Amino acid sequence: MTVVSISAPKRVVELTVDGTPVRVTEGSTILDACKRAGIETPTLCYGDTLTPVNVCRVCVVELEGARTLVPSCSRKVEDGMVVHTDSERVRTSRRLVLELLASSVDLSLAEDAQRYAAEYEARPERFGADAATVAQDVKIDNDLYVRDYSKCILCYRCVEACGVDHQNTFAIHVAGRGFGAHISTELDVPLPESACVYCGNCIAVCPTGALMFKSEYDLRQAGLWDESQQTEVRTVCPYCGVGCNLELHVQDGEIVKVTSPDDHDVTRGNLCVKGRFGFQHVQNR
Amino acid sequence: MDLRLPLAGPTDAERAAIDAVVGVAEPGDGRVVHRDRHRRHLLLPALRAAQRRVGWVSEGALGYASRRLDVPPADAYGVASFYALLALEERPAEVLHVCTDLACALKGAEVPPGAHASPCLGLCERAPAALRTIAGEEPREVPIPESGPPLPQAPVDVRLLRRIAAGVDPTSLEAYGGFRALARARELGPDEVRRIVGESGLLGRGGAAFPTGRKWDAVAGQPAQPHYLVCNADESEPGTFKDRVVMEGDPFALVEAIAIAAYATGCTKAYIYVRAEYPLAHERLLNAIAKAPLDVDVELRIGAGAYVCGEETALFQSIEGYRGEPRNKPPFPVEVGLFGKPTVVNNVETLANVPHILLGDARETRLFCVSGNVARPGLYELELGTPLRTLLDLAGAEPPKAVLLGGAAGSFLRPDQLDIPLSFDAGVTLGSGVVMVFGQQADLTSAVLRIAEFFRDESCGQCVPCRVGTVRQEEALRRLASGKTLGDEHATLADLAQVMRDASICGLGQTAASAVQSAMTNLEVLAP
Repeated sequence: MTVVSISAPKRVVELTVDGTPVRVTEGSTILDACKRAGIETPTLCYGDTLTPVNVCRVCVVELEGARTLVPSCSRKVEDGMVVHTDSERVRTSRRLVLELLASSVDLSLAEDAQRYAAEYEARPERFGADAATVAQDVKIDNDLYVRDYSKCILCYRCVEACGVDHQNTFAIHVAGRGFGAHISTELDVPLPESACVYCGNCIAVCPTGALMFKSEYDLRQAGLWDESQQTEVRTVCPYCGVGCNLELHVQDGEIVKVTSPDDHDVTRGNLCVKGRFGFQHVQNR
Repeated sequence: MDLRLPLAGPTDAERAAIDAVVGVAEPGDGRVVHRDRHRRHLLLPALRAAQRRVGWVSEGALGYASRRLDVPPADAYGVASFYALLALEERPAEVLHVCTDLACALKGAEVPPGAHASPCLGLCERAPAALRTIAGEEPREVPIPESGPPLPQAPVDVRLLRRIAAGVDPTSLEAYGGFRALARARELGPDEVRRIVGESGLLGRGGAAFPTGRKWDAVAGQPAQPHYLVCNADESEPGTFKDRVVMEGDPFALVEAIAIAAYATGCTKAYIYVRAEYPLAHERLLNAIAKAPLDVDVELRIGAGAYVCGEETALFQSIEGYRGEPRNKPPFPVEVGLFGKPTVVNNVETLANVPHILLGDARETRLFCVSGNVARPGLYELELGTPLRTLLDLAGAEPPKAVLLGGAAGSFLRPDQLDIPLSFDAGVTLGSGVVMVFGQQADLTSAVLRIAEFFRDESCGQCVPCRVGTVRQEEALRRLASGKTLGDEHATLADLAQVMRDASICGLGQTAASAVQSAMTNLEVLAP
């Protein structure tokens, strides 16, 4: 059977980004238009495979006629929009967002955030050594992955991946309010007592290293984690007939982590517990 | 979705309280009934019912509400832990919430041992005030003091407050005297009603001053159905109590106005969302809804302690059973509002104007909530444009050191700025009508710190500028107050003000530095 698309062709919308006319299809976002124009825009909570929640506010741009800055990741383009991505106002807000995050969260494994912080000359130290942080103990309550919420920027990506965007398991959600808001199972119970199915799709979307394979965590604790010594092997998961692609991260002849390509049209970066964590038999010697 | 429900079961009392909201469970095999998924909007009422019965939301109650409404437990926990008045740890059935906010602090509020400190309870005319919540078979909430002073103005001077000032029985439909304006609306037809309201120039009284007629037209013209009407009665701006006085004293007028607005905009269902701290308003509205002859279905919804739920999209989230996290706009509520449908959101005072406009009284008046160091605190109604000084004289204000207009999201005025007219174009925001007088003995530094603390407590936590910015703002102000500064704190505060104003999702973050900045620049409190 041939599938014929019956939707009308999409209208083209023209807007101006940093003085350059850009044409994108209707329904695109300002971020899409920036990409089309070759303008790099910092993003943290945005994920290619996730519904934009526009909470980090690092992607804000100036839209002429708007009272406040607007989040480029979710604001849809309209004809005639005039957008500035590098004005003093935009740079100040982006710098402040990065200073606020860097002063309250451990960004040591958040490569993108570190790069943006340098680019925007963020000075988180201006808030002093006594500035409130989200520092806390690492949660190690199962053999597969750890949760270090000292590194959590509350981007909601794990919640989305666990929920309707990917897994539909709903084991975690944002709980609490304000600076006390945090990612949590019901009543903060340990993962083995929660609905978690250990698909690890939350780990796949975490941009800061707050969620991490136990194998990676252990190697890092021992000072042995070394990405320069790792190779990535692309293969197909052997457990069922879906054919999920696996990327095996191998260090010293051992699988230390498993990911799946985001751009794969079947899995979009997702796996189940078997593909994600079921690799021990490979290294049973 | 395959729900795992590991939580303990409810007690009989909790089960009965939740069943009273969601209905008795049909006999089954204990599995989750997925057809109940569309009833998630009953989650907050169910959690409230459990807490009012036993004093807190236990694991058993949370699990039972989750199961009955098909909400994942982690999700339900996220909702329960969002609201300040829901307790997730066991506590006594009786709890005293003592207001420590601006107006009560001016009157020497102190929190006794065992009591909880509370943000503004909307009882500013009787400050210092508190609220006692009593859980049990007959749960109650009791304001302390239980009643305030009578309205300071005589009936002849007022329009919106006429029945209240005249002492008309707010529980009696007969005393209210008939729904004349609603009858008039039905004679005119929806289009004509919208035209008259639009031409009256009525502006929203909740703080943003948006033209009511434009909002109504936008919703009336939406093809998507149904349309919803939401009356925003979640007034939580520190110093604001006007909507409470109207709901307690003239509930039939609000219900009539809701019926007119719904008729004019094609809404078949209306919600009144009232903050939890207003028990008498709940009682009076329920009575009025039950007695009024209405075509539209009007439902009372009650919050659970969250200032941010006064933001219209956070309010939708709250009614729908989610965390009260504001949505990004656009799309605006007139297109995509409650349950994703076109929605009219109007403040109580805005709606209260509508019957008067339809009956030909087009005078433009506003309600002002006067509190602080004045001889006659209370709610005043004045024609727009009246000088602020006239209001201060009416209320018997002490010679002020400062006046706060518009609440924590408003701005401070100096003693030499008190001749401004109270109008929408005076250059300062009237916001929700707060006029708080700080006398010569008032500690303005404490007031500024309390405002910063308020925003830090009330931020929903969704976006970075507000979640972390309100914390950093309070920290910097406390360093300034203590003299232990780090570099240029004023530059830091100005940067924080800019990022919160420019990059926050909603009005809470966008105004979280307004009053603080005005205190520094205008009053030179904690200034360079």
